Amino acid sequence: MNREERYHFDVLVIGAGPAGIAAAVCAAECGVRVGIVDDNPSIGGQIWRGESNGPENTDASEWVQRMRRSGVAVLCGLRVVHQPEQGVLLAEDLSGFCELKYEKLVLATGARERFLPFHGWTLPNVMGAGGLQAMVKCGLPIRGKRVIVAGTGPLLLAVAAYLRKHGAEIPVICEQAPWSSLARFGLALLSWPEKIAQGIRLKRSLAGVPLAANSWPLAAHGQKTLESLTLSRAGRVEDIPCHYLACGFHLVPNIELPLLLGCAVGNGRVQVDEFQETTVSSVFCAGEPTGIGGVELALVEGQIAGRAAAGRATEARAWFGRRKKAQRFVQLLDRTFRLRPELRSLSLPGTAVCRCEDVPYLRLRQHTSWQSAKLHTRCGMGPCQGRICGPATQFLFKWGPGSVRPPVFPARVETLMGPTRQLEVQRSE
Amino acid sequence: MSKAAYDVAIVGVGIVGAACTDEFARRGLRVAVIGEDVVGSGATAAGMGHIVVMDDSDAQFALTRYSQEQWQQLRSELPDDVEYEQCGTIWVAADEEEMIEVHRKRAYYGERGVPTEVLDAKALQSLEPNLRRGMAGGLLVPQDGVVYPPCAALFLMERAQARGATLILGVRVAKMGEGKLRLTDGTEISAAIIVNAAGASAPDLTPGLDIKKRKGHLVITDRYPAFVRHQLVELGYLKSAHSMSGDSVAFNVQPRRTGQILIGSSRQYGAEHTEVDNPMLVRMLQRAGEYMPGLSQLSTVRCWTGFRAATPDKLPLIGPWTGDTSVFLATGHEGLGITTSLGTARILADQICGTKPEIPVEPYLPSRTVKEYVHA
Repeated sequence: MNREERYHFDVLVIGAGPAGIAAAVCAAECGVRVGIVDDNPSIGGQIWRGESNGPENTDASEWVQRMRRSGVAVLCGLRVVHQPEQGVLLAEDLSGFCELKYEKLVLATGARERFLPFHGWTLPNVMGAGGLQAMVKCGLPIRGKRVIVAGTGPLLLAVAAYLRKHGAEIPVICEQAPWSSLARFGLALLSWPEKIAQGIRLKRSLAGVPLAANSWPLAAHGQKTLESLTLSRAGRVEDIPCHYLACGFHLVPNIELPLLLGCAVGNGRVQVDEFQETTVSSVFCAGEPTGIGGVELALVEGQIAGRAAAGRATEARAWFGRRKKAQRFVQLLDRTFRLRPELRSLSLPGTAVCRCEDVPYLRLRQHTSWQSAKLHTRCGMGPCQGRICGPATQFLFKWGPGSVRPPVFPARVETLMGPTRQLEVQRSE
Repeated sequence: MSKAAYDVAIVGVGIVGAACTDEFARRGLRVAVIGEDVVGSGATAAGMGHIVVMDDSDAQFALTRYSQEQWQQLRSELPDDVEYEQCGTIWVAADEEEMIEVHRKRAYYGERGVPTEVLDAKALQSLEPNLRRGMAGGLLVPQDGVVYPPCAALFLMERAQARGATLILGVRVAKMGEGKLRLTDGTEISAAIIVNAAGASAPDLTPGLDIKKRKGHLVITDRYPAFVRHQLVELGYLKSAHSMSGDSVAFNVQPRRTGQILIGSSRQYGAEHTEVDNPMLVRMLQRAGEYMPGLSQLSTVRCWTGFRAATPDKLPLIGPWTGDTSVFLATGHEGLGITTSLGTARILADQICGTKPEIPVEPYLPSRTVKEYVHA
């Protein structure tokens, strides 16, 4: 790895999505040494991926320009895996590893999609909604393909619009939430002018694509890859042939790194004070890990966290009002896209819930806790470390979350050995 | 407040508690077993699951060998998820001095009917090509094996329940003694015999018990089938593992049926918190890397810690507690609880039922006088 073995920053930001970029920019503009780390090959996070230079998203390109001017050290393709001691993180890339030392830390680790198991969900071409969008951004040809978009959450519409723009045929968007919730959501959006504009753009680009509320996937079919999908569409069962299913059940905050550092978490969210500081002193958190609230909230939280981390509490305070307004969106999303209980019964006994360890629903059903299931079936013990089946089983069986142990992502043995080698280990005799 | 009467109440649902419950139930006794957590959690879940014959002392050999034979007898009944694999142990000798130990060990095992095979440098290299070149050789003990301990404990517990035992989970024992247990939910249980099988927590319920927590770390990798083929343990282990002075690490790796590799081991006194102790983890991995350089490029999925229940003389406590005629002990197994759980259950039941044990029980009786923690 062509990197230094050790970095030292006044403010280190983990995650280069909107929250992380905003935090890094604001901290750097206060004149301190700032580094930003992301495990993707480029900045932008899930939402601004590949758009930071494009004409589509002026917000993204403005922030990225501002970051370039501010002197933030950008370390992409680097994944934080462990905290060997207080104030130090260990990170690795494809070929090596390094130590990241910090005075203040901002965790902007974003969110991931929630997947729920149903018959056939492990077939090739059944993908996460955001996942398929990311692959198309990376060059997967989608023109002329039939793609059903299903699940829940505002991401579905954005993904459908994106795929359609790139030539996909979208026979239907299935949203599990009922029309009544969606209608209330639409009304509530009227108090966010920027979201109205987004909504109008989306509606225009999705003209002619049916949005089915009260609808969800029942089973995916196909010999080698996906060929068709059985849906429950507003109370009726329907089969639709398709090439891809883009499926996600809203988002789950990435709280593994905060948990590893000892930050208190409640209701799946990192607890922060008014300056976005977690219960661990000098560790701040911004964006989706504090509650799924979208890009506007992430940007405001990032700006507060970045300034507070740089020691500019007064300047951070100026943004509290905007944060308060943006936070209302968190509750609105929660209410609107709450998962319906019918989704708990999509799995058949043989449906794989944990794909890493190949654990079927049947074997999990007999357990009373996540810990018990993990120990006795090894559910969640594979390389994804329970990132997919954990949120699924929390919903399916109402199990509590588990503890986090290092490394927070799979890491090479040499990384855990650390850059400070004591070459000769004492023989213990 | 409810009340229930049993012949035996066992505290602890690790593998020792599970094996004892199963054995008492098999003998027709009315048994209740109480556990705070999931069956097979605690040190049982944290350990490697190495079924191994050891010879630090004659008594240790007797109990490990006796227990290993029972594992072999049980083999056909074990469900698939217990993952019993008779992979064998190779005691790795780094130099000629350690080869002397190989020959001593071979003679000791041979005299007692345990088959072994001495490996020279070339034979070792061909059996375990990922070991660093230049090792002197080793001793293969082919009857040693591995299990997945949480499922082994669950198997024993479910068999005990099928034999009529009562499993009470999710409560703690607040107080026990004189034939009575009071649980934190207010339940009172009376039992002629109470067995403390609470591992490293046993002294919380039986004050005065000389057991110390000995912390260990383990790391598990992603799947690399055949990278390691036997349980590999450095022979320095014999000299260091049970040393009571200071912290130690040893090269000790295990192939899992899944193709994953467990990397150990570390031993620490006085570390009470469950978090990974990074300097210890680093030392342990560096030690492993010295023996098996290729490990450094493998991907690890998880690190964790656990607490062994250590006694001053390195032998478990199996039998009546001197402080209370109703209390018996089945704890203090240090790093050998998985192996010796089955033998422990047998000889404890023999003592309680008055049947003749198949091995002498005196070395394990809590009444043996032990003055201090022995330095190896």
